[in-house]
Amino acid sequence: METLKIILAEHPFFKDFEAKHLDLIAGCASNVKFNPEKFLFREGEEANKFYLIRSGKVAVEMYGTERGSITIQTIGRGEILGWSWLIPPYLWHFDAHAIELTRAIALDGKCLRKKCEKDSTLGYKLMKRIAYIMENRLQATRLQLLDMYAATE
Amino acid sequence: MQQQNERLMFLSSPSMIPQLFSIQNIKNETRDTFTLELVSPDKLNISFHAGQFMMLYVFGIGEVPISISGNPTKTTKLLHTIRAVGTVTKQLKTMKRGDVIGVRGPFGSHWPVDESQGKDILIVAGGIGLAPLRPALLYILAYRQRYRKVTLLYGTRTADDLLFLSEIEQWRARLDLDVYITVDRSSKEWRGNVGVVTTLISKATFEPSKTVAMICGPEIMMRFVSVELQRCGVLVENIFVSLERNMKCAIGLCGHCQYGNIFVCKDGPVFAFPKIQHLFGKREL
Repeated sequence: METLKIILAEHPFFKDFEAKHLDLIAGCASNVKFNPEKFLFREGEEANKFYLIRSGKVAVEMYGTERGSITIQTIGRGEILGWSWLIPPYLWHFDAHAIELTRAIALDGKCLRKKCEKDSTLGYKLMKRIAYIMENRLQATRLQLLDMYAATE
Repeated sequence: MQQQNERLMFLSSPSMIPQLFSIQNIKNETRDTFTLELVSPDKLNISFHAGQFMMLYVFGIGEVPISISGNPTKTTKLLHTIRAVGTVTKQLKTMKRGDVIGVRGPFGSHWPVDESQGKDILIVAGGIGLAPLRPALLYILAYRQRYRKVTLLYGTRTADDLLFLSEIEQWRARLDLDVYITVDRSSKEWRGNVGVVTTLISKATFEPSKTVAMICGPEIMMRFVSVELQRCGVLVENIFVSLERNMKCAIGLCGHCQYGNIFVCKDGPVFAFPKIQHLFGKREL
């Protein structure tokens, strides 16, 4: 528990979080490891976790019958994976699988949601961090959609 | 009479008369991008600064501004990495070894490689934008001990669009250079990063207040990279970008490349970001 708290405190996502909040979060955390090709989650499954990636790389994919699995994004060290645990109906919208040996901290979404309901300061802090990441990813997706490098005469 | 003489002098000045260069080698980089190796029949040495461009003239077709992609510490040949997208560049792609073209230059401003000694260097390239940055990177690597941490962030559309592949492998193997690559769209075989080049910034290690960033790619990419770098703490005056415009005379006379109050050919193509920041994204220009 204490080790997890230290790991959480060192992760960029929880930078400057108060010790009491890290204690609460650590109560919902566990260390996980995924071998290459192992799925962290699949589209449509219940989204009851999110991950702080400590090392390795995870591909976020969408499956289409005609094109198979398409990687939309890769997530690596220092980044977080998944916010569907926060938004009803709490289902994953994508697949995610490790493309390298990946070590992460898994946070139990249900457990965190309960703690956030009880402690609104923690909930607000967490929401601000997640919103910042969502905004970044939205911007990145928009740039991807622009197809910036396409040839123009 | 004096005006006419001045005009004649200008038209016969070295910067306006193309020198003949022959194509010594052609290397296909991707399906639409190739590198020309040019040599002067008179064995002329071409000294240039990283980031400068030349005007390449295909006789009977036209002239185009193309950045130099070669090593500034090796001046016996000229290297140009070109994407075949317009009339002249498509014609250049059809040319063969031994064919002769006209060359004027070098022109324009350059990357601040000497001024950045003692700093962390962040080179951010998008697509064909790696070509004008390659000379800066080669120069920095030639004098590696003069710089602190050196990082290359490179994004392309797909893995098939990556330039200088074999060289990138060599760069990746170096312990004194960090290389991060990403693609916007991945294939099944691609095992690297997927996402826009801005997402690489958080993966790189550098000391923002001591970092000089050199960026080249589509303008929209450079805009977002600049914003992200400033958000990380890189000083705006330490951010440099290279612009691409329709250069014609290349010496700031014709006005084809005018961008607000600047001429890209003469004042650029490399600019300190604060100088052109206000022009980025302006619709009227």
